[in-house]
Amino acid sequence: MILTVDHVTTYQYDQPMRAAVQSLRLFPSRFDGQRAITWEVAVEGGLRGGAFRDGAGDKVEGWSLRGPVSEVTVTVRGQVETIDTAGVLRGHRETVSPFAYLRETAATWIDERVEALATEAVRGAESGLDRAHALARAVAEAIAYVPGATHAHTTAAEALAQGEGVCQDHAQALAAAARAVGMPARYVSGYLYARDDGAPHEAAHAWAEIWVEGIGWIGFDPANECCPDDRYIRLGSGLDAREAAPIKGIAQGLGEERLDVSVALEAVQQ
Amino acid sequence: MTDYFNEMYDSGQVRAPYARLEDWMRAMPAELRQMKQAEAEALFRRIGITFAVYGEGGDPDRLIPFDMFPRVFTQNEWRRLEKGIKQRARALNAFLLDVYGRGEIVKAGKIPARLVYQNEAFERAVTGFTPPRGIYSHIVGIDLVRTGPEDFFVLEDNCRTPSGVSYMLENREIMMRMFPELFRENRIEPVDGYADALRRTLASVAPAKCDREPTIGILTPGHFNSAYYEHSFLADLMGVELVEGADLFVEGGFVWMRTTEGPRKLDVIYRRIDDAFLDPLCFRPDSMLGIPGLMDAYRSGGVSICSAPGAGVADDKAVYTFVPEMVRFYLGEEPILQNVPTWQCAKADDCKYVLEHLGELVVKEVHGSGGYGMLVGPKSTKEQIELFRLKIEENPENYIAQPTLALSTTPTFVEEGIAPRHVDLRPYCLVGEKIELVPGGLTRVALTEGSLVVNSSQGGGVKDTWVLAE
Repeated sequence: MILTVDHVTTYQYDQPMRAAVQSLRLFPSRFDGQRAITWEVAVEGGLRGGAFRDGAGDKVEGWSLRGPVSEVTVTVRGQVETIDTAGVLRGHRETVSPFAYLRETAATWIDERVEALATEAVRGAESGLDRAHALARAVAEAIAYVPGATHAHTTAAEALAQGEGVCQDHAQALAAAARAVGMPARYVSGYLYARDDGAPHEAAHAWAEIWVEGIGWIGFDPANECCPDDRYIRLGSGLDAREAAPIKGIAQGLGEERLDVSVALEAVQQ
Repeated sequence: MTDYFNEMYDSGQVRAPYARLEDWMRAMPAELRQMKQAEAEALFRRIGITFAVYGEGGDPDRLIPFDMFPRVFTQNEWRRLEKGIKQRARALNAFLLDVYGRGEIVKAGKIPARLVYQNEAFERAVTGFTPPRGIYSHIVGIDLVRTGPEDFFVLEDNCRTPSGVSYMLENREIMMRMFPELFRENRIEPVDGYADALRRTLASVAPAKCDREPTIGILTPGHFNSAYYEHSFLADLMGVELVEGADLFVEGGFVWMRTTEGPRKLDVIYRRIDDAFLDPLCFRPDSMLGIPGLMDAYRSGGVSICSAPGAGVADDKAVYTFVPEMVRFYLGEEPILQNVPTWQCAKADDCKYVLEHLGELVVKEVHGSGGYGMLVGPKSTKEQIELFRLKIEENPENYIAQPTLALSTTPTFVEEGIAPRHVDLRPYCLVGEKIELVPGGLTRVALTEGSLVVNSSQGGGVKDTWVLAE
């Protein structure tokens, strides 16, 4: 499939800020399932800083804006060719040991509920792959997709307790649950192209990857009860949503921030 | 009653390096000694070298007690220590380069993956980036204790930002001012080359993008920090900038310093703040001390940070046990300096032994420092021991234990005259283009009779440390 992406993020401040700095993880990962044909990232009025690829294979680029700043607009436009690898992150170059993804974070804290869910889910599952699928299913069942039920700082444990959430909550809960049974797991951010067949849809999307011994990293999307296929574009990963965030930024000053995001994905007719 | 090695008197005989000091000591009347002690205190107060003690309240500008009786090493003793320290500093850096790269030591089964990759000090954010010359820890402070003429043990490694070197320099300065005759009678190796060596070390790890004489800055949390004196002292001696986070900003992939003549590019940052506070975009989002975007500038090669973020994974107390293995694995050598035998409470067998022998052992928190959260079994009350038993049972992973070492003593001026007091030693090894070690270090002394805790935060004092020339 060939997908076009048009993603604009705008931060507006009610009074001018002294300066702003951003760290962007907005570049399609390089692996067998996807290939960028064109890709451009720009911050209006900003200065491009250094770029590098981290040990997890993500490209990160820094940007800065001199003050006074009253608006920051991040634009992403490009075209990506995707194929279905059944969720397997094949051909992805990274150096970080999977063991680095067993660590808990504040957002993926393993409480009794997470532990119980995970232990129950993997009971009877024989292979690592079965265990991973079982965990994804359990998380999908435990958290109903209810937009607005949670917020950006809701933890995995809180979302599970509440039983409602969005893709961020599903992904964090799955990462926490997998770690609870000793499987390395991480949070992945990216895009999802929603067909008109009524499938759930959050064009700016998130899912989780679980390390399965003998296979490698495999994506699981509890929100849509599937593994990522050619409708998905992978951007980057981290231990939780904050680490994997496509845009991290800080504006210095006293202004209140208003965020506006628009993401449009389209399939190119072939 | 344990028999402690006295570095000055061995079986009633004065050991050679202390021979001249004995005459000096005997010739000094009590009144003169008191006068000199007062003079030393006034000097320290005047130059402003004070040490704020964490968590104890009281006078934040309290002086760290200075003992005028020097601690002395022969050239031969020092040579062996120097070789051992440099070897250890090389191995620790090789370990860091490895675990942030391919992790061969883990794959070879020499150290458990969990200890490395689930370690709080392991920074996943710096994997995939190799700092200049592959060096992570540029100033390695190695804490040593002595138990016999030939017996030195490494108590712990400090790979992040070991403090105290300003005391090494100031103690010497004060001693030379007060007792110039001692420096005529004894041939003592100088330590004042430290600042130049540190500057050279920092300059030698400037980023590849820096095409001129690098600009160096010391990043301090500010004047409320207990080591602020040292930060400004070192900046002054090296002739480099002393900066706080608010003085710096990131633009175009570089770090800039605000100056009255406009922004100036900073190439090497000797940071004296913890990883967590370096950059709110990468680490703690609530950090007020850090510089937003610093880690992006660092990882894209625009600035060097010393020590490298993530260096702390090498000096964790649980990782310490494996340092001799690192020496063998990376250098193919036998370790010159020995570790203190250590029980890991994380291991069931070790934990059982520790709980059965709490009264004899020293128990430490894995991530603790400065002598806090520590139990010295033989010096503790029943209540203190029982409290530790509960703590260990609750969270065994958090504790290690070591035998109570018979720390050597050196003569120390005390109220009643001169008496032996326990000491340790922290030399500062510099790792850059070259590996350098000035002959000396910081000797800390437990001023309380019988005490084995030398930490300045626990009422320890300091001494000038001599290495005699041949």
